[in-house]
Amino acid sequence: MTVSPEKPARKLSMKQRYTALTHDLDWTPTYVTEEEIFPFTTFEGIKVHDWSKWEDPFRLTVEAYNKYQAEKDRRLYAVLDGFAQSQGQLGLTEARYMNAMKIFLQGIPIHEYDAHRNFSYLARYANGPGARFAALCQSMDELRHAQTEIHTLSHYNKYFDGMHDWHKWSDRVWYLSVPKSFFEDAMTAGPFEWLIAIGFSFEYLLTNLLFVPFMSGAAFNGDLPTMTFGFSAQSDESRHMTLGLEAIKFMLEQDEDNLPIVQDWLDKWFWRGYRLIALVAGMMDYMLPKRVMSWKEAFELYFEEQMLNGLFKDLEYYGIKPPRHVQWAIDEKEILSHQVYWVLYQYSHAAAFTTTIPDEADQAWLQESYPETWPVFKAAVWDKAQRVQDAGGRYFNPGLPQLCTVCQIPMGFTEPGDPLTQCQRQSVYEGERYDFCSDGCQWIFDREPTKYRQSWLPVHQIYQGNCGGPTLPDVAAWYGLQPGDGAEYLGSPDHQNWLAWHGQAPKED
Amino acid sequence: MSVSAEPRPVGVDLQENEENRALVEAIEADNEDLNIRHMPGMIRLTKTGQLVINQASVESRLGRPWETHEFQLAIISYFGEFVEWDDDQIVIAWKH
Repeated sequence: MTVSPEKPARKLSMKQRYTALTHDLDWTPTYVTEEEIFPFTTFEGIKVHDWSKWEDPFRLTVEAYNKYQAEKDRRLYAVLDGFAQSQGQLGLTEARYMNAMKIFLQGIPIHEYDAHRNFSYLARYANGPGARFAALCQSMDELRHAQTEIHTLSHYNKYFDGMHDWHKWSDRVWYLSVPKSFFEDAMTAGPFEWLIAIGFSFEYLLTNLLFVPFMSGAAFNGDLPTMTFGFSAQSDESRHMTLGLEAIKFMLEQDEDNLPIVQDWLDKWFWRGYRLIALVAGMMDYMLPKRVMSWKEAFELYFEEQMLNGLFKDLEYYGIKPPRHVQWAIDEKEILSHQVYWVLYQYSHAAAFTTTIPDEADQAWLQESYPETWPVFKAAVWDKAQRVQDAGGRYFNPGLPQLCTVCQIPMGFTEPGDPLTQCQRQSVYEGERYDFCSDGCQWIFDREPTKYRQSWLPVHQIYQGNCGGPTLPDVAAWYGLQPGDGAEYLGSPDHQNWLAWHGQAPKED
Repeated sequence: MSVSAEPRPVGVDLQENEENRALVEAIEADNEDLNIRHMPGMIRLTKTGQLVINQASVESRLGRPWETHEFQLAIISYFGEFVEWDDDQIVIAWKH
């Protein structure tokens, strides 16, 4: 090196380092206007007067970011390697546990990648250096999450069905249109709405419900790799939560005209996100052989206690009210998982995961966790499914379900206060009728009908002849499903292999 | 505008492993009336008002230098806001 800069007299403080290496690297353009460089931050109506007010409480610099992310990856990949080398899959509680992981792998990594793309866009197009740098870090995080999730689950792909074509399934299979439509809805919004959608509503309000009990559940079921990538991802997630909170407060502090816009987005994205993680409710309560907590308990702990009684009291200061349809979500906490899993159970012959009737231990846990509502669902559906099974059959719904136009989940949710009457809402727009599972989804449609009328609804697509043909085998072939990917768990290849690996029964050919 | 003056709980979820034992002990020592809940793989620390993590407390238990940035390796989630994140201290509280 020929250049030897003088050493600074003393080490800069964290705050000074952050300011010097993010905010102070910015400059004011003189050859072109700000609007020419940042053309996408005005059309949504959000008014910003001073971008320099956007700060990252983590005070990260490129150097610190790389140092700690590299350490996180070193730790994670050491675990993955040890797990693979020691044949860790044999130590899972049961093979059926993997069904929850299949839904995760099929539904999430591709959208981590989407998030990576959209945060890259923000890292370029946000006007302020604080926002751009935080978005850049999150963009790299999301790419890391996609990679670590795929690496983690690729080991399981060697031993279990339902994991081989997740990428293709994500674009085609009915239940995977739920996360796909959610993320694509957010990506096709403007940058500020994206920040409220993903940064605030998803990351700060709801992601704890997805990751924390679920990853702790992985730890409880012997799934070391998932626990490790999950907690490793969550350590980034804490930064993302901070970005989301910074984003909403920044918008609210910049101009009071931003309040109604932000409130509307919050109302919309709370409900969109809540419906998306309904899938997690079914997974938590029905698909984990050993459970850490029920959906209801997680909802109370991570949403009602932390968010409604904590965060929203804070946001009251700015005039923000709790999300519009939050009471509906609270009222559903006793029934949500029952309804979701019943949908998954009856259509799993057209899915890339297997399901089964809750066994005795599961039922005892459900009874204890949901003393009011479990008996209702047991009598209404599971006793019947059990009778079909006892007679040598397996109940699958032979028809195609109607999907909610907004959340794209089959219409299996019910009227408030009445767990057995299906809720159906309708709106007519330019002579066409659209159906919804709830007031929340209908409200979202009615705000932006020209957006949601374009929904790619898997069932409609089958009827329109766009999914390989009119019969179930045609559609399954177009989906790329193979025997063993879906249907009943008991007797499935995964189940038989599991028994054979543990010397409990010979594998049948 | 109504602002609730009552102090509310804040909290943090950390990975429960050997690496973080000194950190958890430091938080316990520096935060009175801390609530602790163990879940598989993780530990949940909550407290009414504010939760403080002091670099000096962590270092004295760890027996080596510890940058507050290292907290990122331990944290799974939190609720509240990082009202302070400096070289010597991290503070989680609600601002309003």
